[in-house]
Amino acid sequence: MPYLDANATQALRPAARAALVTALEVTGNPSSVHQAGRAARRIMEDSREVIARRFGARPEDLVFTSGGTEADALAIHAMRAHRRLIISAIEHDAVRSAAAGAAVVPVGADGVADMAALDALLGDGVPSLVCLMLANNETGVIQPAQQAASICRRHGAILHVDAVQAAGRMPVDLAALAAHSLAISSHKLGGPAGAGALLLAPDAPFGTALIAGGGQERGRRGGTPPVALFAGFAAAAVAGAEDDLARVAGLRDAAERAAVAAGAVVCGDPARRLPNTTCLALPGVRADAQVIAFDLEKIAVSAGAACSSGKVATSHVLQAMGLGPLAEQAIRVSLPWHVTQADIDAFAEAYPRVAARLRSPLATRAA
Amino acid sequence: MRVVVAMSGGVDSSVVAGLLHEAGHEVIGVTLQLYDHGAASGRKGACCAGQDIHDARRVADTLGIAHYVIDAEERFAKAVIADFADSYAGGETPVPCIRCNQTVKFGDLSELARGLGAERLATGHYVRRIDGPAGPELHRAADAQRDQSWFLFATTRAQLERCLFPLGGMADKRAVRDVAQRLGLGVAEKPDSQDICFVPSGDYTGVVGRFRPDALEPGEIVTSDGRVVGLHDGIGRYTVGQGKRLGDAAVVAGQRQYVVATDPGRRRVVIGPRDAGTRTIPLRDVNWLAEAGESFRCTVKLRAHDQLRPATVCTAQGETTVELGEPALPAPGQACVFYLEDRVLGGGIIARPEPAST
Repeated sequence: MPYLDANATQALRPAARAALVTALEVTGNPSSVHQAGRAARRIMEDSREVIARRFGARPEDLVFTSGGTEADALAIHAMRAHRRLIISAIEHDAVRSAAAGAAVVPVGADGVADMAALDALLGDGVPSLVCLMLANNETGVIQPAQQAASICRRHGAILHVDAVQAAGRMPVDLAALAAHSLAISSHKLGGPAGAGALLLAPDAPFGTALIAGGGQERGRRGGTPPVALFAGFAAAAVAGAEDDLARVAGLRDAAERAAVAAGAVVCGDPARRLPNTTCLALPGVRADAQVIAFDLEKIAVSAGAACSSGKVATSHVLQAMGLGPLAEQAIRVSLPWHVTQADIDAFAEAYPRVAARLRSPLATRAA
Repeated sequence: MRVVVAMSGGVDSSVVAGLLHEAGHEVIGVTLQLYDHGAASGRKGACCAGQDIHDARRVADTLGIAHYVIDAEERFAKAVIADFADSYAGGETPVPCIRCNQTVKFGDLSELARGLGAERLATGHYVRRIDGPAGPELHRAADAQRDQSWFLFATTRAQLERCLFPLGGMADKRAVRDVAQRLGLGVAEKPDSQDICFVPSGDYTGVVGRFRPDALEPGEIVTSDGRVVGLHDGIGRYTVGQGKRLGDAAVVAGQRQYVVATDPGRRRVVIGPRDAGTRTIPLRDVNWLAEAGESFRCTVKLRAHDQLRPATVCTAQGETTVELGEPALPAPGQACVFYLEDRVLGGGIIARPEPAST
């Protein structure tokens, strides 16, 4: 059964599973002084070093969290202070819901945030915290984060980069970006859900924790850590470095070609995009009907923004790109690390059939 | 065969899904998100989905069938809620369930089912579909107490062709709950839903007022010969036949008064004694579920919980009119449904009579 919804979550990598299961056997609390505590601490710190190294941060600047959402919320909470908040129009809800009152940087029709607009916003010299994702979860469009960092630094602003979807699918290096912080998530890498990290630059102005608790994570995130999850997270980060992204991109392109031949429009084309993601709008056909039809074909895809009720909401990302009605007619196809040619063949075979059936004039204005 | 079941999260539609699944069909549960439950309940920050969607998903999980939530909020707001408010503002008494069945459920959802390759759309309505020599017929449910045929008169014959109503033959609600129990469904003893779904508080005038504040503006209560006998607080609060809310105008010349008409143009409520009823009912938006002659005798039902009344239905020059055996106070906006014994022959929406002289 083709699973093409990696940007929602993807299968646990065997290496991550092995590391997770092994670490589950360890009893200690890393804060404890005894031998068991030391054993747990060693796993935790090994994991921290591995992840920090992979994404360009110093181990002491990595704050483990429960996931990408918490990492984003922590970055905003800890660095907003008295700064004005500026976010791009296509940020994930993890950022949006923590960003009440923020100013917004628009995106172009290709889904790329407008750097001239950011520069102009920062031109007034007001101290600011800027949030820009490295790659968009719905379209896969890669954002000019490095350019944003240099603009921010020129104006004395702080830049937080949500790299939850980018990590593992393109080079991600906090130091090279020269941003102030970076959010990543374990399960998007093929690790266990429930773990993530906020990576900080040495000069990140980290204020106070969201949860102080017992002062864990150098006072930046309280609570007894789930050591085994972090072990799995680290193993996934390492294993993911071996992925053949060119192979994934080739399969993604094949899926895209089949859909386009059947009338689909690729949202975010021709911008640079993640190799595993494509966002396909089928003019005139509701996104939720498409997702259901594919599910009945036993192919898992998604529409941009599913609410926890399962209802598909109109995508704020595609709306921000000015796609009009297409914003309600696009599905996201995102290839997991273990995607096969057979998966893509099945999708390419099903797409025209699903499109034809849903396009029959009676079905298109469904519900 | 592949069947889409409209699952509300209540016990009836849950049992429909269960029975069809048990019978070996490929059942696809679909729950329509019709409005924001968080906003409707007035609880700040409450989830938009509400408990019913959760219940429907749990039933689908228990049965092991696919289940999807479809966002129909925009369509429902326009086709049902706004129409509901407009109708009150226009001096009528709407039946939003009929509108919803006509537009969202048997219109859009039926089309979606077709687009998904389903042969049938099944619902938990208490009505019977009986396949007669000239195609499917709509009949009252075996359980007269639960019969919902009045609400389904506007279903077209083409829609009926694709419908399944597995509960139509159930003896009573207890029998349905027993099936839910047997299938291990958590909703087996869930209370029946009450009132209008998008007005959980029961305060329908609040909804009307939000959309059409003019429906709640004060005006005069007059007798049918035009004498002003009282004041009211919005024609949206009045229904033809109603005896309440008339204040000091409730009794005129020693006679108990009822609303006999509304005049939205002048924001007036017209009252009269009960015997001021009418025998002639003009209809609009008539739907036929049988071949009917120009004039025929049958029984009609003027409200959801009304008695069956003997009547003659006449169709001439495209106009359909009902002549009642005894006078009644039909409320414009309600449905007048024609029955021949248990079979629904058709029906229409009760139209406002030609403006009365005043």
